Amino acid sequence: MPLTTVHPQFIIKRDMDLCIQCGVCTRQCSYDAQKIDPEDGRVSSDPRTCVGCQRCVTLCPTGALVVTERELHGRSHPNWSLQVQRAIHRQAESGGMLLTGMGTDKNYRIYWDNLVLNASQVTNPSIDPLREPMELRTFLGAKPERVEFDDEGNPVSQAGPLLTLDTPIMFSAMSYGSISFNACYSLARAAKNAGTYFNTGEGGLHRDLYEYADHAIVQVASGRFGVTPQYLDAAAAVEIKIGQGAKPGIGGHLPGEKVSAEISATRMIPEGSDAISPAPHHDIYSIEDLKQLIYALKEATNYSKPVSVKIAAVNYVVPIAVGAVRAGADIVAMDGTRGGSGATPTVIRDNVGIPIEFALAAVDSRLRQEGIRHQASLVVAGGFRNSADIAKAIALGADAVYIGTSALIALGCHMCQSCYTGKCTWGICTQDPYLTKRLNPEIGTRSLTNLLRAWSLEIKEMLGGMGMNSIDSLRGNREMLRGIGLTTEELEILEVAPVGR
Amino acid sequence: MSEHTYDYVILGNSTAAIAAMEAIREKDAQGSMAIVSDQMAHCYCSPLITYVLCGKVPEERLNYRPRDVYRQLQVTTYLGRAATRLDPAAHTVTLADGVELRYGKLLLATGGTPIVPDLPGVDLQGVFTFTRYEDMARVREFINSHKVRQAVVVGAGMIGVKVAEAFATLGLETTVVELRDRVLALALDETGSEMAEQALEDHRVRVITSSAVTSLGGSNGLVQSVTLDSGSRLPAQVVVMAVGVRPNIKLAQQAGLGVNRGVLVDDHLRTSDPYIYAAGDVAEAYDPLTGEPRPLAIWPAAYLQGEIAGRNMAGTDVTYEGSIAMNSIQVCGLPTISVGLVEPPGRAEVLEYRSADGKSYRRMFLVNDRIVGAVFVGDVDRAGIITGLIRSQMDVSSFKEKLIQRDLGLLSLPKQYRKHIVMGPGIEV
Amino acid sequence: MKRVYAKEEVCIGCRLCEIYCIFQHSGHHTLVKAFLDQENLPEPAVRVEEDGAMSFALQCRHCDDAPCVAACIAGAMTRDPHTGAIKHDEERCVGCWSCVMVCPFGAIRMDNEKGKVGSKCDLCEGKGIPACVAHCPNEALIYE
Repeated sequence: MPLTTVHPQFIIKRDMDLCIQCGVCTRQCSYDAQKIDPEDGRVSSDPRTCVGCQRCVTLCPTGALVVTERELHGRSHPNWSLQVQRAIHRQAESGGMLLTGMGTDKNYRIYWDNLVLNASQVTNPSIDPLREPMELRTFLGAKPERVEFDDEGNPVSQAGPLLTLDTPIMFSAMSYGSISFNACYSLARAAKNAGTYFNTGEGGLHRDLYEYADHAIVQVASGRFGVTPQYLDAAAAVEIKIGQGAKPGIGGHLPGEKVSAEISATRMIPEGSDAISPAPHHDIYSIEDLKQLIYALKEATNYSKPVSVKIAAVNYVVPIAVGAVRAGADIVAMDGTRGGSGATPTVIRDNVGIPIEFALAAVDSRLRQEGIRHQASLVVAGGFRNSADIAKAIALGADAVYIGTSALIALGCHMCQSCYTGKCTWGICTQDPYLTKRLNPEIGTRSLTNLLRAWSLEIKEMLGGMGMNSIDSLRGNREMLRGIGLTTEELEILEVAPVGR
Repeated sequence: MSEHTYDYVILGNSTAAIAAMEAIREKDAQGSMAIVSDQMAHCYCSPLITYVLCGKVPEERLNYRPRDVYRQLQVTTYLGRAATRLDPAAHTVTLADGVELRYGKLLLATGGTPIVPDLPGVDLQGVFTFTRYEDMARVREFINSHKVRQAVVVGAGMIGVKVAEAFATLGLETTVVELRDRVLALALDETGSEMAEQALEDHRVRVITSSAVTSLGGSNGLVQSVTLDSGSRLPAQVVVMAVGVRPNIKLAQQAGLGVNRGVLVDDHLRTSDPYIYAAGDVAEAYDPLTGEPRPLAIWPAAYLQGEIAGRNMAGTDVTYEGSIAMNSIQVCGLPTISVGLVEPPGRAEVLEYRSADGKSYRRMFLVNDRIVGAVFVGDVDRAGIITGLIRSQMDVSSFKEKLIQRDLGLLSLPKQYRKHIVMGPGIEV
Repeated sequence: MKRVYAKEEVCIGCRLCEIYCIFQHSGHHTLVKAFLDQENLPEPAVRVEEDGAMSFALQCRHCDDAPCVAACIAGAMTRDPHTGAIKHDEERCVGCWSCVMVCPFGAIRMDNEKGKVGSKCDLCEGKGIPACVAHCPNEALIYE
């Protein structure tokens, strides 16, 4: 190998007092960082190819392994950090764009951590969710402007077609192709178990997942992969994908080697051919064009299911979201800059788009000002880490959230950000049959169902603390939030009072 | 009602009898049961008597089941008393001492008797057969009390080979004489026989094939030599006749049951009398590979027949699918296994493997892409996978090339078959 | 009776089942000690068969009508009347390989040095969930 200036990113420490030479680490590593030395048959490590996925560490039966990030070597420099230097070295060697996976690892401020929730004390009693019913049921879609009744007191107002969620958490768009079938299968089954929805991304709906189609939101993206009448008919809702938080303005590219027979059949493209989703929809150049597609899909589905428009949160998110609502979207999904991806140019991921907290607050406010907030539901995505983030998002105005990365972590992801290599040792982001088996869909389903259950319980607890017995009471209720450590301007955009006021 | 009335009477006390006894008890906890045997011994592992003879297995481990098995299963034993008369009409069986047992259902599991050829000198002292514990005890006593240095074993079948091996282990100068041109001719193919012969010779057993014994010579009533048709004389102070075993059909014949070479049974192991069953070496049951009935004097078949006969006797309807011939014989440390046909019918396709060192050998015969027979010598690891394929008569055309590979595993087999056996509950009858 | 079933779709070929089987039958208190004692390392009774992406772990199926029990000429293979498990008594085994001949799974392994059956699953002697199942990281072995 010629001299490389790209230094190993990880250190593999093996405690030889604990290592029993069982070779489990070598069988688990798909990056050749753990190998059996053919000379003496003993296990040996090669940190140069290690991606820090922690698979070997997790499976080692004696706890003999530690894989840690290598600390900055040489003299430190605030501008020329190790990460910056490594990027330059890699590009100097390859001459190409740097690719990465998952959401940005740049240290942007996470505004959820600067918002705190309220709780009842004395004057309005809190509610114990263990003793009293607590409603998380959420309906997504167009609602009537006001509720009207006939002479006998029966409601006469008509809502549009609605999605019914038992908990305000859905699984983000992750396509079959970007993730393994077992991962998709786990998401689908967990969505059904939890009374919520998964999202096909632009990968089509595998024939074995039609069984779960009533819990599927199917995407129509710029590549139109897998879009058929049955696909639209089977789904609970249709989503037009315009953008993604990890790569706003960028299309998608599933390399041909991942396009297996099954993926080819599901996406309706030749086996082994690259699946390229163009950056724009070639038939959408204006809000009016978007409206045409929205109504084309409504026509195609007989106005029986809500149509969602998913956009990345960028500088002009407010007029775009409002435009989408005016164009007839029943749901507007917004993906913030911390949103994930299986593969994205690092430079885009880390430098384009705005945090979802601001996009949400601004769009919700504008829709209210224009008097059209009821015409569409807002679903937000992009780095939701826990139930508190979700409760705060709902208080800021979201109807529901999409979770992607946290679902993958529940499936075993250890955030090595090497999704784009196709060698995911956890069997999630790969199509290699040797690796996909590692995600047992029984376990995957259970883990995801557990996660949704746990977060729902916590949301109920927070609601009860605020004296509420329904998630609807929290929705857009920014009185329940206070900002801490935020500038006046940030508070103003968020329309949240500072703590103490 | 006589005090000797039982719901079940089992004649015999070896594997078929014991398997039947256990099967009956599993289904019928209450029914009275008796076991009758002309031998005094507790049920024992008859194939192990050569191991006991040469001291490889201590005598106390010869018992096939724990000492208290009859008490545990509430079975009355009549040991050391042969059944001499069977009356199907009266449902009675009479023992040598005159005791008459009345039965509800009866199992004939009386095994076989070694054939003693009518040769001059065969009555001399020092000439034995070797199928029972008593035989072994007598041979051992004889060797210890006489100055035996040389031994001749007549017949190089399973018993002959194992007896010869035991004699050689005891330090006797041993010769085995076989009429056919190779040893273990019924169990192995030619190459297998050759390798077994080599193993015997390496163990210092002299092998003479294609030779008949014409007479035995002796003095003072003690055997001293064996004369062959070639004219040569082999000095021997002990001779074991191991030329074959004949089913004990006398009782059945006398009772008027259908017999051929063995007692004929149907697919429920019932004889021509609906209250009488037969199992083990005495029976002549269906061979699925040849499609014809034939006596199959092998241990696993005896057990299976006994078990199925027992279940049927206790009222469960179980069909006997037949057993295929199979033998696993350790020849002086050399493992050999054969399953099914060892001499293939015409048109058979032959697959063969021989390891580089010549120590291992595998051969299979296929007819219409189904394995009908296999021989393994040396490395017999996982041979049962092939046995399973023979039993199931599975079409092996899609993985034929893997069959004789050393690393043949279940993974080599088609997914459906594999799934059935990996996920299945094991073997179903 | 309860048995161990292998799900080949999710067997990842890590061989932790083999490792924990060895540990379980080693008589040592820790895994590390068991493997330090190389000379007395037992053979695993469960084996992973692997070919590319396909793999599964296989051990004695404890068949209802176990052919090995029928074939054993030494009374070494028996069915436990209480648990239904097929037990192998190494003391009694004479190494005739009749069980090897009849086991259609090839689940009985030979120890040529000892001249006896080398390892055979004992379902961890009924001490709860067998070690291979308890330590399978992907639930590819189930005990039911």
